[in-house]
Amino acid sequence: MKFRTRSIHVGNERDPETGAVVPPIHVASTYVQHQAGEWREFDYGRSGNPTRKALERTIASLEGGTHALAFASGMAATHGATMLLESGDHMVAGADIYGGTYRLLHKILSRSNVGITLANSRDLEELERAITPQTKLLWLESPGNPLMSITDLAACVEIAKRHKLLTAVDNTFATPVLTRPLELGVDIVMHSATKYLGGHSDVLGGVLVVNDDELFDRLYFTQNATGAVLGPFDSFLVSRGLKTLELRVREQCRTAEKIAAFLDADARIGRVLYPGLPGHPGHDIARRQMCGGFGAMLSFEVAGDFETAKRVVQSTKLFQLAVSLGAVESLIEQPASMSHASYDAADRAKHGIADGLIRISVGLEDADDLIADLDQAFDR
Amino acid sequence: MQKSTTLPPAPKKTRGESTLAVHAGEDRQKLGDSITDPIICAATFTFENTQAVVDFIEQKQPREEYGRYGNPGEKVIERKLAELENGEHALLYSSGMAAIVGLLMTKLSAGDEVVFFDECYHRSREFCTKHLSRFGVVTRQVKACDYEAMEAAVNDRTKLLVSESPTNPHLSIVDLDRFAEIGRRTGVETLIDATLATPYNVRPLDHGVDYVLHSATKYLAGHNDVLAGALIGDHEKLAPVRALRGVMGAVNSAHNIYLLERGLKTFGIRMQRQNENGQAVAEFLDGHSRVERVYYPGLESHSYHEIARQTMRGYGGLVTFLVKDADWRETGRIVDSVKIPRIAPSLGGVESLIEQPLVMSYYECSPEDRRQFGIPDNMIRMSCGIEDKEDLIADLQQALDA
Repeated sequence: MKFRTRSIHVGNERDPETGAVVPPIHVASTYVQHQAGEWREFDYGRSGNPTRKALERTIASLEGGTHALAFASGMAATHGATMLLESGDHMVAGADIYGGTYRLLHKILSRSNVGITLANSRDLEELERAITPQTKLLWLESPGNPLMSITDLAACVEIAKRHKLLTAVDNTFATPVLTRPLELGVDIVMHSATKYLGGHSDVLGGVLVVNDDELFDRLYFTQNATGAVLGPFDSFLVSRGLKTLELRVREQCRTAEKIAAFLDADARIGRVLYPGLPGHPGHDIARRQMCGGFGAMLSFEVAGDFETAKRVVQSTKLFQLAVSLGAVESLIEQPASMSHASYDAADRAKHGIADGLIRISVGLEDADDLIADLDQAFDR
Repeated sequence: MQKSTTLPPAPKKTRGESTLAVHAGEDRQKLGDSITDPIICAATFTFENTQAVVDFIEQKQPREEYGRYGNPGEKVIERKLAELENGEHALLYSSGMAAIVGLLMTKLSAGDEVVFFDECYHRSREFCTKHLSRFGVVTRQVKACDYEAMEAAVNDRTKLLVSESPTNPHLSIVDLDRFAEIGRRTGVETLIDATLATPYNVRPLDHGVDYVLHSATKYLAGHNDVLAGALIGDHEKLAPVRALRGVMGAVNSAHNIYLLERGLKTFGIRMQRQNENGQAVAEFLDGHSRVERVYYPGLESHSYHEIARQTMRGYGGLVTFLVKDADWRETGRIVDSVKIPRIAPSLGGVESLIEQPLVMSYYECSPEDRRQFGIPDNMIRMSCGIEDKEDLIADLQQALDA
């Protein structure tokens, strides 16, 4: 079955007892057993829940994996993966990782005496130089945030395999519609399911997907032992969101391409950072690595300073001023004052996050309406 | 009883369907600054003091009072549906049947008459013939799309003309201009059940129809997990219908309202895909040697193709077909052989569904009645979801070739 058909049917099989076309939401925290000491498939909600399991099966199928685990948030999923590391281990992370991941690695994981090195994953030699004999894990994100940098995942996997590292990819921006890292040899795929998977700005969730039984067992052991599982109602909402995932992402990519072309041709706009534009440094890799679309996130710089960008993000009528991304509603934000405000000005400049940079998450609205909205905001 | 025959000007639509589906009816700044509407489960709504109650009553303030009379989440959906249908006002109900019953109970009193095109949803007609008849309401049924017969059935006791378009399962398309024109000429209000069309494909109010009915369970909610119904029309005409809903109580629940609002966000892309899937499946079936006939408005061979082409943007996901030289058992075997669509009543959701009307809806009817309703033994109705059309076609192919 093709991707979209699986997103609707895998994990959503007809309920054998009632025939319900949508599986029931199982809210039970515990499950009655037939005999003492003889466990059935489900015993206690933290260890497993049929609604969560259904979602995990759907996501595993969409990512081309054998197993998935659903967590309470994307950060809980990331933490679940990093708990594979032990004191004395070292990990290498791409330089364009999500700020929350950066914080987890540097402020929490570091307490367990795990070493962290950030390396520019677009420069494969630099990446390889960061690997030490203690390195166990390579953590990547593509497209990166907020500069939409593209990392060549297959090339990074080759390096990681040479050094016997596990590779994990935060696939939140690309979604399995566009990129399936497991098919490129990656070991662990992570998602903030809050974004495109849920897709409606109404669920917090995270997932890990693998296609190796032994690795799954280790991750499951940690999840069950630490307990950051996704609740049944949220599992249901993510499952429901997945049914329209491909339609949403493809439509949002098409709209993003139109907006990128509009911005690229507009004299009021400086740099446009979108992997779909031929001038983007990662364009050729993105063409290879992203199937039929370049994502629905893009950043651009307005001519002018911090205040100009601030005025623009406050002047849109359809785009709403908020962090987060990937949902049906289009969002706009100024990284310098919002998502990356915790960096000091010098560090922002070092990372290429100019004061005039604006990041948008393209939703499901009509492209013409969104372009008209940006157009009027630039004139304010 | 003569009324003006000029069509009312259609209100100008300012934004695309998909933008409306995501944003229409919602406050830009919501409770708690959340980006989504909250699920407000309150059965009742509090007043600060006695004077606030008095002010509410005397000044007819637009606030909530008790759950049966309204809920803030419900009002969001009602505004969204009204905008999508290009109407002034919408009313949400607990199901499609609750919505039509709400209108019929408001508009019809003892001695009044209602005229139906006979391809309307059989439960709607049955409510009139079996239940409203007990209160002295007369129901007349004329052949679908026979406009002369409908006009001839109107007399000075007639209060409502009812049709569905497209009809189910034959997918006949009503000429909405002509239908509305009969209503205007005779001074009788008109209702179109546009469940199968949806505002993505046609907006009956733009054609001068008075009320639009939806089983919002179908395409509007779109995920086979909500029951809901809606009426859309003029504010003034729906005011007494709203008042009666408050008395009869067939309101929807806060949780359902949220799922409906969430479902509507993807309405535009779902409809686009279901239109494509319906057309592709219909064309495939049309070319298959085991298929005797396909009912789909997007096929040139369809009796109402021309009017559909002129008035509709797409033709939906429902496809009906007859299997060549098959009795009901053989037809059932084909239904049983498909692997993707589930066997179930209902339609319009993301999951494809399939059914044999004889078995699913008309099993207890006599063969004569089934002949009269146009339900042959070898008829199959498929509701295309949003799966890949290649998968749906391959599945039908293997079922028909088995």
